[in-house]
Amino acid sequence: MYQTTYHRASSVDEAASLFAKGSESKFLAGGQTLLPVMKQRLASPSDVIDLGRIKELQGVELSGDTLTIKAGTIYYDIMTNADVKKAIPAIAHLTSVLGDPAVRYRGTIGGSIANNDPAADFPAALLALGATVKTNKRSISAEDFFQGLFTTALEDGEIITAVSFPVPAKAGYEKMRHPASRFALTGVFVAQTKSGEVRVAATGASQSGVMRVPAIEAALKANWSPSAIDGVSISASGLLADIHGTAEYRANLVKVMAQRAVAAAG
Amino acid sequence: MGVEGIGASVVRKEDKRFITGKGRYVDDIKLLGMTHAHFIRSPHAHAKVKGIDSSAALKMPGVVAVLTGQQIVDDKVGNLICGWAITSKDGSPMKMGAWPAMAPETVRFVGQAVAVVIAETKNLARDAAEAVVVNYEELPAVADVHAAIKSGAPQLHPEAPGNQVYDWVIGDEGATDAAFSKAANVVKLDVTNNRLAPNAMEPRAAIADYDAAEEHFTLYTTSQNPHVARLVLSAFYNIAPEHKLRVIAPDVGGGFGSKIFIYPEEMVALWASKKVGRPVKWTGDRTEAFLTDAHGRDHVTHAEMAFDAQNKILGLKVKTYANFGAYMSLFSSSVPTYLYATLLSGQYNIPAIHAEVIGVYTNTTPVDAYRGAGRPEASYLIERLMETAARQLKVDPAQLRRSNFITQFPHQTPVIMAYDIGDFNASLDAAMKAIDYAGFPARKAKAKADGKLRGIGLSCYIEACGIAPSKAVGSLGAGVGLWESAEVRVNPVGTIEILTGSHSHGQGHETTFCQLVAERLGVPISQVSIVHGDTDKVQFGMGTYGSRSAAVGLTAILKAMEKMESKAKKIAAHALEASEADIVIENGEFKVTGTDKAIALPMVALAAYTAHNLPDGMEPGLKESAFYDPTNFTFPAGTYICELEVDSGTGKTSFVNFVAADDFGRLINPMIVEGQVHGGLVQGIGQALLEHAIYDASGQPVTASFMDYAMPRADDVPSFNLSHTTTLCPGNPLGIKGCGEAGAIGASAAVINAITDAIGTNNLEMPATPDRVWRTIHAA
Ligand SMILES: Cc1cc2nc3c(=O)[nH]c(=O)nc-3n(C[C@H](O)[C@H](O)[C@H](O)COP(=O)(O)OP(=O)(O)OC[C@H]3O[C@@H](n4cnc5c(N)ncnc54)[C@H](O)[C@@H]3O)c2cc1C
Repeated sequence: MYQTTYHRASSVDEAASLFAKGSESKFLAGGQTLLPVMKQRLASPSDVIDLGRIKELQGVELSGDTLTIKAGTIYYDIMTNADVKKAIPAIAHLTSVLGDPAVRYRGTIGGSIANNDPAADFPAALLALGATVKTNKRSISAEDFFQGLFTTALEDGEIITAVSFPVPAKAGYEKMRHPASRFALTGVFVAQTKSGEVRVAATGASQSGVMRVPAIEAALKANWSPSAIDGVSISASGLLADIHGTAEYRANLVKVMAQRAVAAAG
Repeated sequence: MGVEGIGASVVRKEDKRFITGKGRYVDDIKLLGMTHAHFIRSPHAHAKVKGIDSSAALKMPGVVAVLTGQQIVDDKVGNLICGWAITSKDGSPMKMGAWPAMAPETVRFVGQAVAVVIAETKNLARDAAEAVVVNYEELPAVADVHAAIKSGAPQLHPEAPGNQVYDWVIGDEGATDAAFSKAANVVKLDVTNNRLAPNAMEPRAAIADYDAAEEHFTLYTTSQNPHVARLVLSAFYNIAPEHKLRVIAPDVGGGFGSKIFIYPEEMVALWASKKVGRPVKWTGDRTEAFLTDAHGRDHVTHAEMAFDAQNKILGLKVKTYANFGAYMSLFSSSVPTYLYATLLSGQYNIPAIHAEVIGVYTNTTPVDAYRGAGRPEASYLIERLMETAARQLKVDPAQLRRSNFITQFPHQTPVIMAYDIGDFNASLDAAMKAIDYAGFPARKAKAKADGKLRGIGLSCYIEACGIAPSKAVGSLGAGVGLWESAEVRVNPVGTIEILTGSHSHGQGHETTFCQLVAERLGVPISQVSIVHGDTDKVQFGMGTYGSRSAAVGLTAILKAMEKMESKAKKIAAHALEASEADIVIENGEFKVTGTDKAIALPMVALAAYTAHNLPDGMEPGLKESAFYDPTNFTFPAGTYICELEVDSGTGKTSFVNFVAADDFGRLINPMIVEGQVHGGLVQGIGQALLEHAIYDASGQPVTASFMDYAMPRADDVPSFNLSHTTTLCPGNPLGIKGCGEAGAIGASAAVINAITDAIGTNNLEMPATPDRVWRTIHAA
């Protein structure tokens, strides 16, 4: 790791002003992505601003048909939260298969979506559920927020404060775990909104990050059942290929995971 | 004898310090004035080093020195050696490419060191390393064994034309051809034994401390065999004579073979410590471990097995290409030859065997012994062949094995090994019963009705352990003897220290070795301590690998114990005015048999050291040592059966059951044995399903971190169902065979045989990743 200056912020405003003072500042949440990268000397922030102790970034709220998860909430707290389990159990399940216990005790929803790894789990949930990302400056729809591999709509120094999910009628998430990292080799989140809209998002599959899967959405709109997807064909072109899965295999997984997610959603 | 003697599952003494974080590893040691080394490693698989400019680095804060490969050559530090000479079939010696500790001219794998920065802290050394400019001229590289032997392939070493290290044969080719000409059926199989990265939990580390006044070196290092390290460093590397070099291997966090070898980093640390006049510490990180710890396996094999009309094996032909990586590591040459081809008879009566092994250089990390070393490759091959044969011949795989088992012992195989004892039917029976083999077809049918692909796979492994009779290995080319030494010191107060040349890096010697003392003297194990891992304390030793510590190391302790007991009995007899022949040892006392006359061990010890009243002519003291050289290998064997299901939608495997029936001879501590089997099985399953050290065509490693290299986790493996069928080893007085490698040797074939049974194919390579299994199912 290179030399850096560590700051612990106690409020979002303080964090934003500390950030602005540094020449090349970085926010630190769970550190599960940032710290390994710094240890490998692949990142060298001048200042690291820790968001971990900011109270306003912690917690979950269920109000009417909206579930709000504050950005600094760790996966373990999301996984075990009663409101999450009641309103959108698919999110509780998603966090239970995210990484390993060490990652779940440190990693945060804000860090995950800010990082926008093409194989991260939460981006699929946000996109399928039509969530809204709240920052210290504005609200951004999930659709607009994720902009391809490791790229988001966030501006320099902008802080995610929370994510709001509309509570769906039905939702499910299934994931084939990457055998080494436990990220999604491919994960699919399916949702049926209360107004009857069907939204399906896949992560870990596409070369351009999290994506909607219109063919599966159409099939499920016509018939919300796993077998409705039997006839859908997913093209391997544009999909990721590496030592753990060919593009064809990932195309298959998009379909199979969608079927299992629908089965899980009921 | 007693609750802590042989056969008792005594809780491990060493675990208190390990579990509470009080273990003392090399990296925990800090010496006064210590500097830190960081190596500059090649990013290229093959390149010429045209120049190294360290001028900017030398001006950076905290930098003590930047030392290069040219300097190490100029100082006449020896090239790394390979300690087992193999002769090719044409009579020529193996072709050794020179391996300097840091490359002066040419780098041949990604991660090979070209220079080292020595600085006040590790971080300052890293900072300065980034300022060192190495000018490389890239050369074409080759990583794949088949590509490397093609004409026109990039050449690694001028000493080894065609990238060939050796072309070695074993067995009777004429007899094998004759057997095949009589065959009713021939079964053929191509298998790849995937390359593995050993991944001990503790990365390698070294601290070298040169004392200029005494001209003496101390090396703290992560070694499985500190005396071998001292011997090799002194005899071949021109760094320090043996009496001026102390090697200490303190707590070592796992080895699996990878810490047998003497690596460039230890050599450089010693040399650099003298050059800079201060202690030098190097602790590898995980990436360095992936790049530079000797890898394991990496064979490509074609094999054919001939059967007669009654399904009896007539002969076996094997041709194996072994990828050695860029250089020949310390024992690498022996792994695909004498540790592999000599086990190709498996548990079977095979009248004729012929095997050819071609060793090949590639631009990859050197390959050497890794848990099992050669024997997993042999066992995997034979057990895949037997399963394939059963399918081709349409016979039950258990029955095919049974009808070919060796049942008479001793048994001389056609490939050197003489099996001393075993009962292969007993372990097969035990495993079949444990898994309810007879009920499998019904379970498979039920699974099928539920839309699941279920399979069962057997693996009847045998291995040669207790490595090894010195005369035998010497005649085969080994550069060292493989005996073990021990010393028993009874202190004047009756406590006991056992000094052993074995080295514990996870095995639990501090407990099991005490159990032998408890057994013989009836004293609690708390009264005994085990001293190991320091060449200044322990007279000599060959270290721990090849499941040899109990069969060889503990037998050496037994020999020393016997000498000590004999002297102690004389002292006791003298004190009790009895005949030496009437003295028995019970519960820590020397008793006159049939009387109530007794003298406690501490009194005997005290008498030995006060020497006020010893038998005439007896030397004072109670301390004996012994060397033990085994007369044969030991042959642990057993049957593993795996039952699993494959998800046809994803290709993912889930275990239903895994049973292991092992014959390890006598067990010292069944709990520790169970732990050894669990660990071995997990490594075998890891090889079968997850692990693979991969290079791209240009020799760049693709799996140099845990984010890409899939290590098995607890939820990747089943709960194991273990049992033992025991035949005592006749070759050593304790009847021990060894248990450290069995799991890793036998497990992978059982897993692959079960998957291929489930999905109905014979051809499936390891690791059977979900992607690969899915593609196999859907290609069919
Ligand atoms: C072994 C391992 C396995 C993993 N497996 C999975 C997995 O299965 N699925 C998965 O989805 N992820 C996985 N991850 C990644 C994990 O989820 C990380 O926690 C996540 O990517 C980053 O979250 P963090 O809280 O740790 O953020 P940090 O690492 O602290 O930060 C990541 C980035 O986000 C920025 N950031 C953090 N919080 C904010 C904020 N509130 N506003 C603006 N920017 C912010 C930081 O500046 C930084 O650039 C794994 C990680 C590891 C190490």
